[in-house]
Amino acid sequence: MKLTLRIWRQKNPRERGAFVTFPLADVSEHMSFLEMLDVLNESLIDKGQEPVAFDHDCREGICGACSLMINGYPHGPLPATTTCQLHMRHFKDGDVITVEPWRARAFPVLKDCVTDRSALDRIMQAGGFVSVRTGGTPDANALPIRKKEADLSMDAAACIGCGACVAACKNASAMLFVAAKVGQFAHLPQGQAERKERVRRMTGQMDKEGFGNCTNTYDCEGACPKQINRRFIAEMNRDFICAELTE
Amino acid sequence: MNLDAKIPSGPIQEKWDKHRFEMKLVNPANKRKFDVIVVGTGLAGASAAASLAELGYNVEAFCFNDSARRAHSIAAQGGINAAKNYPNDGDSIERLFYDTVKGGDFRAREANVYRLAQVSSAIIDQCVAQGVPFAREYGGLLDNRSFGGAQVSRTFYARGQTGQQLLLGAYGALMRQVGLGTVKMHVRTEMLDVVVVDGRARGIVVRDLTTGEIRSHAADAVVLATGGYANVFYLSTNAKACNVTAGERAYKRGAAFANPCFTPIHPTCIPRSGDYQSKLTLMSESLRNDGRGWVPKIRGDRRSPAQIPESERDYYLERKYPSYGNLAPRDISSRAAKEACDDGRGVGPGGYGVYLDFADAIGRLGQNVIAERYGNLFEMYERITGENPYQVPMRIYPAPHYAMGGLWVDYNLMSTIEGLHVLGEANFSDHGANRLGASALMQGLADGYFIIPYTIGHYFASNKLGKVKTDHAEFKRVEAEVRERIKRLTTANGKRTPDSFHRELGKIVWEKCGMARNEKGLKEALQQIPALREEFWKNLKLTGHSDDYNAVLEHAGRVADFLEFAELLCLDALMRTESCGGHFREESQMADGEAKRDDAGFSHATVWEYAGADKAPLLNKEPLTFETVKLAVRSYK
Ligand SMILES: Cc1cc2nc3c(=O)[nH]c(=O)nc-3n(C[C@H](O)[C@H](O)[C@H](O)COP(=O)(O)OP(=O)(O)OC[C@H]3O[C@@H](n4cnc5c(N)ncnc54)[C@H](O)[C@@H]3O)c2cc1C
Ligand code: FES
Repeated sequence: MKLTLRIWRQKNPRERGAFVTFPLADVSEHMSFLEMLDVLNESLIDKGQEPVAFDHDCREGICGACSLMINGYPHGPLPATTTCQLHMRHFKDGDVITVEPWRARAFPVLKDCVTDRSALDRIMQAGGFVSVRTGGTPDANALPIRKKEADLSMDAAACIGCGACVAACKNASAMLFVAAKVGQFAHLPQGQAERKERVRRMTGQMDKEGFGNCTNTYDCEGACPKQINRRFIAEMNRDFICAELTE
Repeated sequence: MNLDAKIPSGPIQEKWDKHRFEMKLVNPANKRKFDVIVVGTGLAGASAAASLAELGYNVEAFCFNDSARRAHSIAAQGGINAAKNYPNDGDSIERLFYDTVKGGDFRAREANVYRLAQVSSAIIDQCVAQGVPFAREYGGLLDNRSFGGAQVSRTFYARGQTGQQLLLGAYGALMRQVGLGTVKMHVRTEMLDVVVVDGRARGIVVRDLTTGEIRSHAADAVVLATGGYANVFYLSTNAKACNVTAGERAYKRGAAFANPCFTPIHPTCIPRSGDYQSKLTLMSESLRNDGRGWVPKIRGDRRSPAQIPESERDYYLERKYPSYGNLAPRDISSRAAKEACDDGRGVGPGGYGVYLDFADAIGRLGQNVIAERYGNLFEMYERITGENPYQVPMRIYPAPHYAMGGLWVDYNLMSTIEGLHVLGEANFSDHGANRLGASALMQGLADGYFIIPYTIGHYFASNKLGKVKTDHAEFKRVEAEVRERIKRLTTANGKRTPDSFHRELGKIVWEKCGMARNEKGLKEALQQIPALREEFWKNLKLTGHSDDYNAVLEHAGRVADFLEFAELLCLDALMRTESCGGHFREESQMADGEAKRDDAGFSHATVWEYAGADKAPLLNKEPLTFETVKLAVRSYK
């Protein structure tokens, strides 16, 4: 099929970017979206032009590196699918496809469609862990955990840290990302000792990074390639209020 | 080259305890005086960096990804082994040790493997304490599953995302230390060389991938945890950015490279669909429990599978290996698929695929049972291929996915460069010629959490290391070399993209040094690779600048190193005229197609020493002595 791609080009964080249009012919429906961009990029290099920069690595939907806004949807229109797992059979001949980076104050554009998401790492540094040292831990089976709770913890832990939730939110809020980590530990006995400090520290850092506030529109849940449930946001809010009231 | 593995004396069960007692310690107050560089933040690197910082060392950690959490370890699906014996089915340290040595086709160092089995239990304890949400039973205790090459259930898992959950645990520990200021984390930073001063590794030269800046970092010891090199085949199950640069650069500075030809092939991956294919996706091998492999009997048969009657189908595994059928060992089933396709009977676009058909199983057990067993895999398959495997047979093909070979290390995980330590998939140590499923995650975390924190202290305490700073002449010299190399890449002014060279190299290595190898093919590859390398440096085309974000330049640098490493890989495969584990020499097979080992000739690790540009590398051997395990023919019959 033949496509028209409108892609965001931006030289660096300081200069202004703009959409540039590229026609692309001979796109196979079996290609993944990123393979389609690979083909475009190879042709650009052949012509002596700089290829379009985008983040990617595993191409299996697990590392969270890929991060393209496709036709206004983070990771494209397919539910529960990362950009790297989106295939061209979901587009048709003659389509015009708009590709741009995540848009959020906390994610400055580095080049073209590559953004700096280190704000998410800094939120994790503030409390996204259980403070245990290596060694001296009790036997793994010394601590039985109700299967239902362990499963809920795993549901939350499935977050790949891609930032689609932020990109989808009109306020560029990172609530779903933070709630996923807080929720993973809130459902485990190992997470209880630091439960209050964790939620306060992580949300505090989230605010410092310039993410917006949550107004409960839940576009984040819709955009999440791992379908992290919004219940974790509600649970985190409760934890936060408890922590504020009791500390 | 003096290869002293420094294996402690005494009975194998006591070696590690004895060694831990005999190793020297660094006084707690003195630890902060030592700087450690850790390159890589996968399971091995993240666990090492966090554990070393907890002890009090000053750590600087590096990765080329935009976050430490995105290392390739994140993609591991199946699980992690440990000799916990929770299911009460007869597991023990001895058994895990034995299974690993046997699985590795008797080409690993006994003492290292024993230690790995010994520390395996503590890894699970550690991960649970960190809040890793492993699968549990209704009683609240941990669940186990079985994996290939073992008769016990010793694999712990977190849905199909075990690697992700373990890595997030280690990443959490690392982030905690970054927050405490004990680790300085450099993301989007690629190590391009090791700096050796007076025979000791004293730092690295890196390129900042966002700004293009070339910088040096000095330390008292360097730890490489930079992963495996399966992307030398271009198409593999590895993440796109996995590469051999760190290993190859260290090799050129004096770190010997061991067993490069030990590269296993995974039988069940989704085949390529066209020339644009960028990577391959692994499907769990468990599918072979219910899927039947077949190809058409007639060459070039292009009919849809439903139109091919039973009588015209060749269930090639059931035919060739009646007792094992579709569950024949990994390497045998991989080669059988290749043979059928080479014979012109492959299916799907390009003809490199075989069917894995679930029609019988669905008929026998019902779609629900199959969906329960493999639902998520079927979904993944459909997402990628657009075909519904409940209705049409899956198409699969083998693919490279791991590297057992790596930089040679002694019992302390130190390479042949003093002070340069190597962990995880990047070293050669524990899996011999073949790795059992769920053992890579175990090894990476064992190295990082429980071995390097002890052995690095011993290195510091037993050597007088004066401080070296980055203004030392040697740093300046290496920096200049790195700049020169980048300049050569950017000024080649040719016509071909780095990707086109990488693809061509991958094709050579896959065809001549892939699933089955022979003398003629390897000799051809050893002609073709240097020729391609020469063309690369003359005919490479790059865009953009070196002082900017430039993904093409990054890739070109990695391809340049693959082009050199590939030659070593083929040379090693040529020297090893026996078949063992993942290395299959067509000249050395049993009547039934099983690999034929040559214990008299090859009971050693091949350890390659760089001898200079345009010189043949020197071959050293580390003899493998088996005191505990009796050498036997690896048989799964
Ligand atoms: C699809 C797949 C499934 C798997 N499933 C399993 C499984 O179920 N069980 C199992 O046990 N094993 C499995 N494995 C194998 C296992 O995942 C890997 O062997 C293991 O995770 C490697 O960990 P590592 O820490 O050594 O390296 P990696 O996780 O590869 O990390 C390498 C790190 O080094 C960094 N790096 C590399 N070079 C440089 C450089 N030059 N400069 C700066 N940084 C650098 C990278 O940024 C990265 O952080 C699987 C592998 C694949 C491909
Ligand atoms: S590239 Fe890893 S999730 Fe898409």
